[in-house]
Amino acid sequence: MSLLSVKGMSVDIGQYSVLHGVSFEVPEGGVFVLLGRNGAGKTTTLRAIMGLWDPTPGSVHFEGSEISGLHASEIARKGIAYVPENMGIFGGLTVAENMVLATASGKYDGKRLEWIYELFPALKTFWSKPAGALSGGQKQMLAVARAIVEPRRLILIDEPTKGLAPSIIANMAQAFREISEDTTILLVEQNFAFAKALGRDMGVIEDGRVVHTGTMTEFAADAELQNRLLSLSGAEAPA
Amino acid sequence: MSGWVEKAGGVFLLPVLIAAVGFVLIGTPSSWLTLTVAGLSMGMMVFLMASGLSLVFGLMDVLNFGHSAFVSFGAFVAASVLAAMSGWLGSESWVLNLIALVLALMAAVGFGLVAGWFFERVIVKPVYDDHLRQILITMGALIVAEQIILTTWGGTPMNVPRPRFLEGSVLIGDSSIEIYRIFAFILGALVYLGLFWLLNSTRLGLLIRAGVENREMVEAMGFRIDRLFVGVFMLGSALAALGGAMWAGYQALITPALGAEMLVVVFIVVIIGGLGSIQGTLLGALIVGLTQNYVGFLAPKLALASNMILMMIILLWRPSGLKPAVK
Repeated sequence: MSLLSVKGMSVDIGQYSVLHGVSFEVPEGGVFVLLGRNGAGKTTTLRAIMGLWDPTPGSVHFEGSEISGLHASEIARKGIAYVPENMGIFGGLTVAENMVLATASGKYDGKRLEWIYELFPALKTFWSKPAGALSGGQKQMLAVARAIVEPRRLILIDEPTKGLAPSIIANMAQAFREISEDTTILLVEQNFAFAKALGRDMGVIEDGRVVHTGTMTEFAADAELQNRLLSLSGAEAPA
Repeated sequence: MSGWVEKAGGVFLLPVLIAAVGFVLIGTPSSWLTLTVAGLSMGMMVFLMASGLSLVFGLMDVLNFGHSAFVSFGAFVAASVLAAMSGWLGSESWVLNLIALVLALMAAVGFGLVAGWFFERVIVKPVYDDHLRQILITMGALIVAEQIILTTWGGTPMNVPRPRFLEGSVLIGDSSIEIYRIFAFILGALVYLGLFWLLNSTRLGLLIRAGVENREMVEAMGFRIDRLFVGVFMLGSALAALGGAMWAGYQALITPALGAEMLVVVFIVVIIGGLGSIQGTLLGALIVGLTQNYVGFLAPKLALASNMILMMIILLWRPSGLKPAVK
């Protein structure tokens, strides 16, 4: 049984139809990458799964239970964390306050925090500083750290490499590898090199529909398919 | 702003700067001291009225023009309790004075809590995410509230008795300072400290501050911001009612139009302070209080316009207000 199953999900925003019956399955473990061009509907798909759009036709099942129509807070409490494209950092709060807010009880697990510091050492350095003063890369680290401050079943991450320097992208790739050892990641990405390096399974979304699903190995080996669906050249490779 | 000014307090130096300019222009230290205390106490009472509006604006992006209805109700409820306990108010015993005052303030706060809950559920909730309807329906609610006050308490201005222990003045040099003003300032300062502690030292406060910045992200982290909002709305309404109760004692004579009259001042304070920020609201309230009192003394004809001019100057300098919450 897949961890997350999306069937026939449609989303209308105002008078526009953005998703038209999106369907795909995210197996448990590893990184599932959802690829697609700008405006294809990747972000909307993640937001709809997270309950940030009004209930729509179709269904979303998580660990076998229907979650479509639930409030975003209820979906989060089922063990799904969300890292939005704009990172969703609370700039007026310190790094520590951002982290504590992401815990259910208001307390950290010290051992887990040490692991997070190993993944993202900058967070320890800027622990008491306002998050708004961090650089773009550090904010992205904080956004991901917040998502893993407690064990989750699934993390939805929206274009984490956007606008980041290559060295930060390499750090992020290494962190995602470690995180995905015990947490499933659904990653939306345009950076194909980054996606290829991490993804085990993948899907391609085009004009609000999933037009291809399979393994990343197969997709990476098929240049004609990549060119037809994405027109990607594989720039910005992680180190 | 240059580094040393920021280190010295930044925009929080503004009230000090205004007070210094006021001192030079007024010339007489005793008049300046009287006006400064009057300005600070007025500022604190306006802070009480405005703080809830700022949080509601910041947290849920709700334009509540009916906020000043809580100010009016607070004033009239407190005035009624004080009138009913006039025997205790006039007693030689300051304990009885204090009990009567506390009961009046508690009645206003209690009314504010209940009315705030009702207002949020019935009036504001159906118009979330629609600013135009929020303006229309909350303005309508303010008019209805005024009419309810008119029906309940009548149109004749109502006398507000003060507790005996808050009557009179203390002399500092040649300055005569009303005790009530000192009390209003202390109460406002205590409420500010309480709010500061709530927002900065509790998990609830952390959620409110995060919600002001990014409501959706707080929900995506597992929290029901709409439930938090009801609580904040009730708190804001109760504070407005407390401010109204204190203002009633300050004015000594109140009319049903009190809330509508204060609405403009309260909005000016929230706008120049910066939406969603308690520190900004306090700063805005103190600046407005001081400016209005100094201008009222130096150029009485300009007193009415002084707040508007002040708002224009500050918004030209800082379009988001002096200390807005991070968005």
